[in-house]
Amino acid sequence: MLAYSLRRLLISVPIFIASTFVVFLMAALSGNPLNRLLAISPPPPPQTIEAERVRLHLDQPIFERYWNWLTGLFRGDFGPSTESTMDIGNEVMSRYMVTLRLVLLAMLLALILAIIAGVVSAVKQYSGVDYTFTFIGFLFLAMPTFWFAILLKEAGISFNNAVGEQVLFTIGDSSVYVAGGAWDKVLDTAGHMILPTISLALLSFAAWSRFQRAAMLEVLNSDYVRLARAKGLRRGQVMRKHALRTALIPLTTVTALDLGSIISGAVVTETVFQWQGAGTFLLEAIEKDDVYSIMAWLVISATVIIVLNLVADLLYGVLDPRIRYA
Amino acid sequence: MPDNINSDVAPVPTKPSGPEKRTRVEREFTVAERSQAQLVIRRFLQHKLAVGSLVVLVLIVLLAFVGGWLWKYDVSELTGDHSQPPSWDHPFGTDAIGHDSFAQVLRGTQISIGIAVLVALFATIVGTIWGAVAGFYRGWVDTILMRIADLVLTLPLLAVAAVLAHNTQGAWWLIAIVIAGLYWAYVSRVARGVVLSLREKEFIEAARALGATDSRIIFRHLVPNALGSVIVNATILVAIAILIETSLSFLGFGVQPPDTSLGLLVSQNQTAVSTRPWLFYFPGLFIILIALTINFIGDGLRDAFDPQQTKVRA
Repeated sequence: MLAYSLRRLLISVPIFIASTFVVFLMAALSGNPLNRLLAISPPPPPQTIEAERVRLHLDQPIFERYWNWLTGLFRGDFGPSTESTMDIGNEVMSRYMVTLRLVLLAMLLALILAIIAGVVSAVKQYSGVDYTFTFIGFLFLAMPTFWFAILLKEAGISFNNAVGEQVLFTIGDSSVYVAGGAWDKVLDTAGHMILPTISLALLSFAAWSRFQRAAMLEVLNSDYVRLARAKGLRRGQVMRKHALRTALIPLTTVTALDLGSIISGAVVTETVFQWQGAGTFLLEAIEKDDVYSIMAWLVISATVIIVLNLVADLLYGVLDPRIRYA
Repeated sequence: MPDNINSDVAPVPTKPSGPEKRTRVEREFTVAERSQAQLVIRRFLQHKLAVGSLVVLVLIVLLAFVGGWLWKYDVSELTGDHSQPPSWDHPFGTDAIGHDSFAQVLRGTQISIGIAVLVALFATIVGTIWGAVAGFYRGWVDTILMRIADLVLTLPLLAVAAVLAHNTQGAWWLIAIVIAGLYWAYVSRVARGVVLSLREKEFIEAARALGATDSRIIFRHLVPNALGSVIVNATILVAIAILIETSLSFLGFGVQPPDTSLGLLVSQNQTAVSTRPWLFYFPGLFIILIALTINFIGDGLRDAFDPQQTKVRA
């Protein structure tokens, strides 16, 4: 099992290099990082522009730039930003921590809700509950993240007004200053997280619950579940140990595959709730044609995706004995 | 003479037809020949939700493309009514500087649907060829092609699209190409799966055993059977593309003013949600309505193309 995971990890190395190369080319060729400097009026002296050109490695050919960037990466050097005072490595790490909190919690919430909704829908197929979940699923599949997030934000404001106290925060990832002890800090962070987490979770929930329902239905109609019931096992036990466990395997695959779209969703959610996370870091970098910041974001995102895929691989082993003993 | 004329136009004796004229054996065992396409259409028409969705979608498309052209206000026209709630004159109200929101939503719908259809078209063509080649040749060609597709699939595509679309200056067809350039990988996976499973099917083997030529197998058996999955996926892809394009425009990397898209309209009016809700809700509702109906149509098409997949025959 471990050997299998390690093999998959090794395969992802050339994929990682190839994908970073493609994005590096496209990001570097699509815009000029010096544009903002050139647009200043009165124009800065040519020496300044030339110095900036050298600082950003724009005087090197593109392949050399990529190679230097890639080798620099192993030394922990993410390259120079267009913001001369910003250290890309520190900045992207601290901002990704904020995003990761959101992404992981949203995934957890989406998974729990999707499993419950999917299993209930499958067990009570064609009942009122099933139709309700199906309707909700289709609705959220058709709903754009940003629109729903803005609605939630608005609902949060009305909720605060109704309570007469700021419980749910709609702007930022945490307050700048929190009076009181550690507990107040936790409460403050939680208050900021609730709405973005819900808005990010519900969109994955839609697809996953449909998927879980289909997987569970297939298992419930299989012979071995019927056999388990026929030999006298209790219904609850058959559902938990025989049916659900098998039905979780496809969901693991889908979750791992959807990671990219969740991270994309986090970019949108962070924009709506004005978080200082990795998503807004990326958008600022794109605006400024800051190639090395874009690449830093991509590298961290790719690492997160690869690591979480590894977790999914290991989970397969827990869920599916055929893999464990293979 | 009149009698002669009458006899001239006397009805030609018709062949005995209709169910009542047939013998019982004929009625039981004669089946009208129907082509595969006719069967699919018949099955699709039995799917009430899909047909209803199709009607709604056609109405939206007509409203956007014909209605937008006929509507008395232009997108960029300043009407002199500022921040008006919906009325007969302005069905969706107006914004702070007097734009007619109805005209804007119709224009946004045109652009969003145009981009989405183009994305589905490009991605389907590229993805189908990519996947079919991989599935057909197998071996190392398959490995290389599918590794590339996997690579694309693991990327956070919306973010990469934002990087690539940043310098398109909002040209709608360029945005479509960027999105299609990332989403063909989904189609290629599906197409490969279909080709892989079809080429092992018994009816292909039977056709081969009967001495059918390669071209006959490809055009009479493979293509019609793969077409279903491809069409269903292209349909669903339109819904996905609408959501991607609107998100991209919302983030500021898609369609740029003075032109507009449904996502851009939501972005521009997000602060108006509590004060002038009509500006925010109508573009959003159009996105949902379009994506929802397309998903239902896709579902109906899937059932129509593959009746065994969902119908449980007890």
